[in-house]
Amino acid sequence: MSGFPILSLMLAVPVVGAIACLFAGDRNARLIALAATLVDLALGIMLWAQFDIGGAQWQFTERADLFGRFQWALGIDGLALMLIMLSVFLMPLCILASWDAIKQRVGLYMAMFLIMQTVMIGVFMAQDLLLFYIFFEAGLIPMYFIIGIWGGANRKYAAFKFFLYTLLGSVLMLIAMIAMIAEAGTTDIPTLMSYNFPVEMQTWLWLAFFASLAVKMPMWPVHTWLPDAHVQAPTAGSMILAGVLLKLGGYGFVRFMMPMFPDASAQLMWIVFALSMVAVVYTSLVALVQSDMKKLIAYSSVAHMAIVTAGLFAFNQQGIEGAMIVMLSHGVVSAALFFCVGVIYDRLHTREIDRYGGLAVNMPAYALFFMLFTMASIGLPGTSGFVGEFLSIAGIYEASSWVAFICTTGIILGAAYMLYLYRRIIFGELTKDDVKAMPDLNAREWAITAPLAAVALWMGVYPESFLAPMRGDVTAVVARLAPAKPAGDAHVSAGKPKAAAAEHGAAPAGDAPRAGGSQ
Amino acid sequence: MTADLALIWPELILTIGGLVTLMLGTFLGDRQVGLYQLAALLTLGAAAVAVVALFGVNASVFSGTLAVDNFGGFAKLIIYGASAVSILVAPRFFTSGMRAEYPVLILFAALGMGIMAASRDLMTLYVGLELNSLAAYVLASFMRTDERSSEAGLKYFVLGALASGMLLYGISLLYGFSGTTNFSGIATAMGGQLNAGLIFGIVFVLAGLAFKISAVPFHMWTPDVYEGAPTPVTAFFASAPKVAALALMTRVVIDAMGPAAGAWQQIVIFLALASIILGAVGAIGQKNIKRLLAYSSINNVGFMLIGLAAGTPAGVQAVLTYLLVYVVTTVGAFLVVLQLRDADGNQIESIPALAGLSERRPGLAAAMAVFMYSLAGIPPLFGFWPKYLAFEAAVNAGLVPLAVAGIVASVIGAYYYIMIIKTMYFDDKSDVEITDGGNVVEGTIMTASALWLSVIGYLFIPMLGVASAAAAAVLF
Repeated sequence: MSGFPILSLMLAVPVVGAIACLFAGDRNARLIALAATLVDLALGIMLWAQFDIGGAQWQFTERADLFGRFQWALGIDGLALMLIMLSVFLMPLCILASWDAIKQRVGLYMAMFLIMQTVMIGVFMAQDLLLFYIFFEAGLIPMYFIIGIWGGANRKYAAFKFFLYTLLGSVLMLIAMIAMIAEAGTTDIPTLMSYNFPVEMQTWLWLAFFASLAVKMPMWPVHTWLPDAHVQAPTAGSMILAGVLLKLGGYGFVRFMMPMFPDASAQLMWIVFALSMVAVVYTSLVALVQSDMKKLIAYSSVAHMAIVTAGLFAFNQQGIEGAMIVMLSHGVVSAALFFCVGVIYDRLHTREIDRYGGLAVNMPAYALFFMLFTMASIGLPGTSGFVGEFLSIAGIYEASSWVAFICTTGIILGAAYMLYLYRRIIFGELTKDDVKAMPDLNAREWAITAPLAAVALWMGVYPESFLAPMRGDVTAVVARLAPAKPAGDAHVSAGKPKAAAAEHGAAPAGDAPRAGGSQ
Repeated sequence: MTADLALIWPELILTIGGLVTLMLGTFLGDRQVGLYQLAALLTLGAAAVAVVALFGVNASVFSGTLAVDNFGGFAKLIIYGASAVSILVAPRFFTSGMRAEYPVLILFAALGMGIMAASRDLMTLYVGLELNSLAAYVLASFMRTDERSSEAGLKYFVLGALASGMLLYGISLLYGFSGTTNFSGIATAMGGQLNAGLIFGIVFVLAGLAFKISAVPFHMWTPDVYEGAPTPVTAFFASAPKVAALALMTRVVIDAMGPAAGAWQQIVIFLALASIILGAVGAIGQKNIKRLLAYSSINNVGFMLIGLAAGTPAGVQAVLTYLLVYVVTTVGAFLVVLQLRDADGNQIESIPALAGLSERRPGLAAAMAVFMYSLAGIPPLFGFWPKYLAFEAAVNAGLVPLAVAGIVASVIGAYYYIMIIKTMYFDDKSDVEITDGGNVVEGTIMTASALWLSVIGYLFIPMLGVASAAAAAVLF
């Protein structure tokens, strides 16, 4: 690719914006933040446009020996590209979402969001183990401020819990990284991905990474920080937390644990499957009984992330691609759902589900968008959720039909709690006076929901746009795992195709037809 | 002899400068404080130049009692820098009570600390340590009329004397069983069969030194002395003597006890873990910011000892890097504390009074937040890097359980650091009005250290790596 350091530029723009925000007035800070995030979005679109699908695995690489012991090494593959796109897409929407809601210390707030953006895309870009860790941990600081300063009534407790919980998980990963660097003699992530660690050592490293990533993910039973953090965080904070921060865990699984410790991953996959199965069923049931909208969506996030982990550990193309799509889809849809909660929270200042009802009458546009995102969360065909969940469960089925069976109940339970939520808020009699007085979406809110809805539908109708850049990288991970892969209990064999008379559009590469077939 | 004198220029400069300043003070009285301050700063600057000029020299002078090497040089530069800062910030604090003795005492303490960092003999070790300690006892009780200050001085003196006694007892045992006070001679004796006398000697010497670095279980004096001493003096105690004592301890265990690694490693590991855990747990309930910083220093010393426990060149490098970063952070944090005055000009030390500081003095709160996150070792702040080096040294030396225990305990430490940030940023404004103030010098030092500890510090890693590697190499 060209020698222009576009990745460094994408990291620098928000930092410059953040510094400017600190010294600007309230109104200017909002504009600066929006401008900076839009510039990053534009750069991200350029990045996607120039990304050479099927080209080199690592593109746009940059390398500068700034730190002696480790390097300023950046570069992306398809998986990172998609997650970076998710971050830069959500960020301007988050800034817009907090346009009116945040009235105090706007400069600091915007600065924290911009720093958050640098840190998040830095995690996906880093090609050096220590650089990755620095970005990975650095996210704690802005999020601690965002929850603690602008959060709800119990914000201090939530901020502490978030910070200490995730820190405790991460530090063990650092020790594992030190051991890896000592063993392999390099901090370069692509090299480490093909390094064969001794099997005995892999188990320990795997467990240390698992301790960290499972908390970030979050997996049952270390998910309890998430509902607290979500409930207390401001709307935009929840959007970014659910939209991107939870994806750091999944990214860590597919970037580090699976390719670097394939044998340990195969040996210990039962842990992941067991925890995922518990999470799908348990957190879905917990979501069903919530009376707080944000908590309900937070628990649904845990359930969705469990499908991601199970899909990843299916060790096959569909499973991993599906898990990635679930992550992207969940990033868009849960951010949208949190925003929808934020819209009515801004009007009535309560998250109690019982306080609402009958919104379809006075907020028809809102009701429509909320329905779309509800359906996408459930996984209705045509929305992004369906593609991801179908693919991952198809992948899980090959690995273990029982796990697939239990994970599928999550979809049914998901429909239950989401539709129940929708019914209580949108349908019913419009009896309460203050609810009657709530106006429909304004222009700013339209500007946020419309792009989210468009992307959710795009991903549902033509997922190939998102799958194509990732396919090669997923194949590489699957190939890396192949020697260690257990047999699985479902031996799926392809049926005999009929005569290719009604072939609709030639599929590009070998494995593609299965992925395309889910549309 | 004369040739040897040419190699101890830093010490000579400090001695002469200290005596000249003392004479000036005697004859000109307490009104010319600015002059003494200037004289002391010039002396420290000249000594630092001399240290830099001697970099790369690797010699033992005066019959092998004192080393002139990169290791000592590295430590001395940090010591002189920290001493200079504590002289610079003093006049504003002692608005009425600043006397000529203050810069003089700091100079003599710096001289003693330089000797500690450079000693290769148990006798020079003790002389340097006592020179530093005597100056420190006086400094702790510098505010004669303040009860807490006198109490701090007395406590420090009594417990310090006890520690010196233990150290001397250990020294006498080492001398008795090895027949020499010279480090290389002791190392030869340790290379053979270890007998009970030598082991007892190791234990007592390390206990005495542990007192000086305030490692648990010899830490009890630290919170009281830090709280009672005048704030610039506390900033001094928390920085320079820590460097000297840790450099000394490193030299003793690597240089003199190197062959008996099995004997001292256990002790250092115990001190490290106990300091990290107790330093973290003890800090949680503190309501006074100076006491909290005292526990923070205990906690951080524990992490340095993890690097030392590794006993490898990488471990020593980690200790030296840690010392530098720790000193910058701690001095910065104490500078923030120095800025906190209420409407009447009284110092504010209570943590609840900091509530809402971020709205009253956003710059000050931001600097404090940087120092706190850095002490907690959260990346991307630079405080992460020395912690990383210490853990790396421990893991590579095969001490994985130590590293795991240390890093998990560091999460407990993070709790009280982020507690301070919570108070400054999340809590509603307290009733205490914090006035604007502070002079340009303090502001500049504070800003510079905060900026260095934010991501900028990472750019210095190659430089630090070369310097600390050169310093560590002379011990092996």
